[in-house]
Amino acid sequence: MVAVSAPVTRRLPSRSYLTGAVLLAWIALWVLLNGRDTLPLGGAQLTPLHTRFGEGADVIDANRDSNPVFLYFVNYIRLFIDATVTFVQALISQPSFGRPVPLVGWLGVTGVATAIAYLYGNRKVAVLTAAGFVSFGLLGLWEESMDTLALTLTAVALSLAVGIPLGVWAGLSDRFNRVVTPVLDFMQTMPTFVYLAPLTLFFLIGPASATVATMIYAIPPAIRLTAHGIRQTPPATLEAAEALGVTGGQSLRKVRLPLAKQTIVVGINQTIMAALSMATIAALIDAPGLGKTVLKALQTLDVGTAFNAGLAIVIMAIVLDRVTSAASRRVEIAHRTGRSGRRRLRRMETAATAVAAVVLVYLSYTYVWAAEFPAGADLGSYVRRGADAASGWVQETLVAYTNGLKNAITYALLNPFEALLAGSPWWLVAVVAVALALLLAGVRASITAAVGCVLLVALGLWHDSMVTLATTLVATLLVMVLGVVLGVWMGRSDRVDRVLRPVLDAGQTMPAFVYLVPILGLFGATRFTAIIAAVVFAAPVSVKLVAEGIRGVPHTAVEAATAGGASTWQLISKVQLPMARAGITLAASQGLIYVLSMVVVGGLVGAGALGYDVVAGFSQYQLRGKGLAAGLAIVVLGIVLDRIMRAAAARAGGSSATR
Amino acid sequence: MAVTRKYGPRALALVAGAGLLLSGCGGAKVGETQAASDGKGGCGTVNLAINPWVGYEANAAVIAYVAEKNLGCTVVKKDLKEEVAWQGFGTGEVDAIVENWGHDDLKKKYIDEQKTAVSAGVTGNKGVIGWFVPPWMAEKYPDITDWKNLNKYADLFKTSESGGKGQLLDGDPSFVTNDEALVKNLDLNFKVVYAGSEAALITAFRQAERTKTPLLGYFYDPQWFMSEVKLVKVNLPEYTEGCDADAEKIACDYPLYDLDKIVSKKFADSGSPAYQLIKNFTWTNDDQNLVAKYISEDKMSPEDAAAKWVNDNPDKVKAWLPSS
Repeated sequence: MVAVSAPVTRRLPSRSYLTGAVLLAWIALWVLLNGRDTLPLGGAQLTPLHTRFGEGADVIDANRDSNPVFLYFVNYIRLFIDATVTFVQALISQPSFGRPVPLVGWLGVTGVATAIAYLYGNRKVAVLTAAGFVSFGLLGLWEESMDTLALTLTAVALSLAVGIPLGVWAGLSDRFNRVVTPVLDFMQTMPTFVYLAPLTLFFLIGPASATVATMIYAIPPAIRLTAHGIRQTPPATLEAAEALGVTGGQSLRKVRLPLAKQTIVVGINQTIMAALSMATIAALIDAPGLGKTVLKALQTLDVGTAFNAGLAIVIMAIVLDRVTSAASRRVEIAHRTGRSGRRRLRRMETAATAVAAVVLVYLSYTYVWAAEFPAGADLGSYVRRGADAASGWVQETLVAYTNGLKNAITYALLNPFEALLAGSPWWLVAVVAVALALLLAGVRASITAAVGCVLLVALGLWHDSMVTLATTLVATLLVMVLGVVLGVWMGRSDRVDRVLRPVLDAGQTMPAFVYLVPILGLFGATRFTAIIAAVVFAAPVSVKLVAEGIRGVPHTAVEAATAGGASTWQLISKVQLPMARAGITLAASQGLIYVLSMVVVGGLVGAGALGYDVVAGFSQYQLRGKGLAAGLAIVVLGIVLDRIMRAAAARAGGSSATR
Repeated sequence: MAVTRKYGPRALALVAGAGLLLSGCGGAKVGETQAASDGKGGCGTVNLAINPWVGYEANAAVIAYVAEKNLGCTVVKKDLKEEVAWQGFGTGEVDAIVENWGHDDLKKKYIDEQKTAVSAGVTGNKGVIGWFVPPWMAEKYPDITDWKNLNKYADLFKTSESGGKGQLLDGDPSFVTNDEALVKNLDLNFKVVYAGSEAALITAFRQAERTKTPLLGYFYDPQWFMSEVKLVKVNLPEYTEGCDADAEKIACDYPLYDLDKIVSKKFADSGSPAYQLIKNFTWTNDDQNLVAKYISEDKMSPEDAAAKWVNDNPDKVKAWLPSS
């Protein structure tokens, strides 16, 4: 809330005075009332609501074998998903059909993947795909990688099968869209830890539970972006179609869907990334693959092995991302240029590529050398040793400096902020939140803020929520500082972009469990460590969005300023940043959501509060109800902050010239 | 441009064809060297839950090794957190948990109420839970191991997280802790800070010993890290039967845990030789620590570590086998 006020206040003097007055009054009252009505709750303490939440799970457990919903619905879904995943595993990862190896060996899988990348993307991504798949073998993780791929692909396929039709519906019907949006928000902000254990009650321990857990997180982007694409159809096109006497179904098939194709492919890309990011967490309920390797390594603090497996996940993510992005660009080009005249050539090319892939599949089906990755080329042990050495060196030599950094930020920023939020009476914070929302974002946002505050109190976790909020806002602030600095740098130079982008991708897709140990070594089990983990994960998104915004500034404006004799600094601060404001606000709100999604990981490294409540609820039977309540509190924080920021951004955008 | 386009697919086909020819000349075929699996029969499949810590892994690896080698069972290991593993008794997907720390609430639910699980006796390992300091501190401040002196040293333990008091680093979330109540009831000038994971606790102790910084934290034994840094226990007021009855008023140390094994009712009634094995399985803390060390420090796979220990201790293994 505070972070948003800065850009807004500059343009709206009267409102900025009021905002300042509210903040000053808050601080004054805090001095007077510090420590009263803060509603703290001890680590092992429960409220009656938490106990009732906990008993809810027992009801499922008791009714599983008698309730018709289970007998005829859930159980069939479970059987279907289990069979699907097992089939894909039999194809590419697990010994099957009486063979000591899967049906398709490494050469075949690599061949097919490369062929797909070539046909739907381009030559460059095909080479990348081949290199990526071979690297899984070189790292010594072929089977684990294929298990992860099998689970991810199944989850993605099912997500799309469910998500795209729902997205079309949401695109066509405003009412359905209004109903589904909060549900999607809920699915994306509810921490996975909360529903992991209950899911195994529904779908039992096995691939089905892991797949469903992944789908819950991966479906929302598919639905959202499909709906967005359908909605984007220019009204003029639709009117023209209508004038030609096209029926509703035809207009969807022939006009809306083709036009939305590119956006839908972007949705597929996001769905794949989201599914892959679940690989590690799903391993907590026995999901096979790379995630298991990471978690096992964490038990003995084996950074090298964890990094090796994390690297494979990053490579897989980058390959899948580049291929789907290239496919989406291809769709766009095909759409712009119309059908090409060289159809015959294209057909021949397709046939030849397919034949080559089939040959490779046959080879890998038949011969051992093509089925099992040769063990001789062992890159993995070098990676492991290198990462171990690097982690050890960092922890031994840098620790002297990192302590200073940690203390500076904690004492100067985090502690005062937390004291203000968590030390004020709850009603005071609620009044301030409602007033700020009203001033910055309007009536609707202030109602959301009021409802949110009441819900947090009702959940019995007000104090923990405020501690988490303080950490979250400080992390978001750091994310935005990094986002603007690196984003401007990246947006202004393509060379910087090329160097920085893979690093950002790695930050976004490397499972946090891999770098927990080194950052714990550097900063200890503290809230600051949690902030660092959140920044590593969230800053890449913000950097990319800011860079995108900077690049979107019209060339004419930049050229005019340069011709007028503006220095680089003036160009950035007076032209590029103000004109990229829409991108920067988006970067801030996305950054905040990403930071919130790391609250649970923060709980694993010393942030305490809501994150720890969720983790403990997952681990301790008697705390499960409190874990659920903490998960709900995180959802409430996420939705309230998101709505306020969006409304504030819309208001700021509406009063400026850019829109 | 047009030329390369034409060559692309042809070149691909050529390469693939060449590969086909080459492979036609040599290379072992899949299935040629496959040995027929010999079932010794009578055991079937055992589903072992693997809880996420190395000591557990050591128990499970040894039991799985003996079950497969001596009894001809097929062992399926499932990586699960404790609570999910217990749920597995009810859904029939877990047959055995082979190192259980307390969990009276889960015992009540699954053994007494749902009747889907039964106890299979102790593992022979003694679990110690308590407050520990790194060895350098115990050497420099010998009297720190008595809780009565903790307030004297509270200033040493101040951190950015502890709000002016000494920090008590707590919170592997899997373990029950009474520490907030203990701090209050023993009138200690400390604040409980939740580290949140075993990795966080171990890293904190490792750094504390290396850089000689003060640290007081919740820990437990047997744990593989103890063989790397031998943490020293701080003695709280001694545990007496029932002193932990009221969670709010606890002012005594944690009890000594007899770690035990839990199996599903179905598995216990099945007459499987693997059930007899799990029931008979006992060993000492030293035994477990040795296998745990093979896994954590020597980086052996659990299977190799188990094989090594079993080969070195044939007599102990013999005592576990079902008498037939």
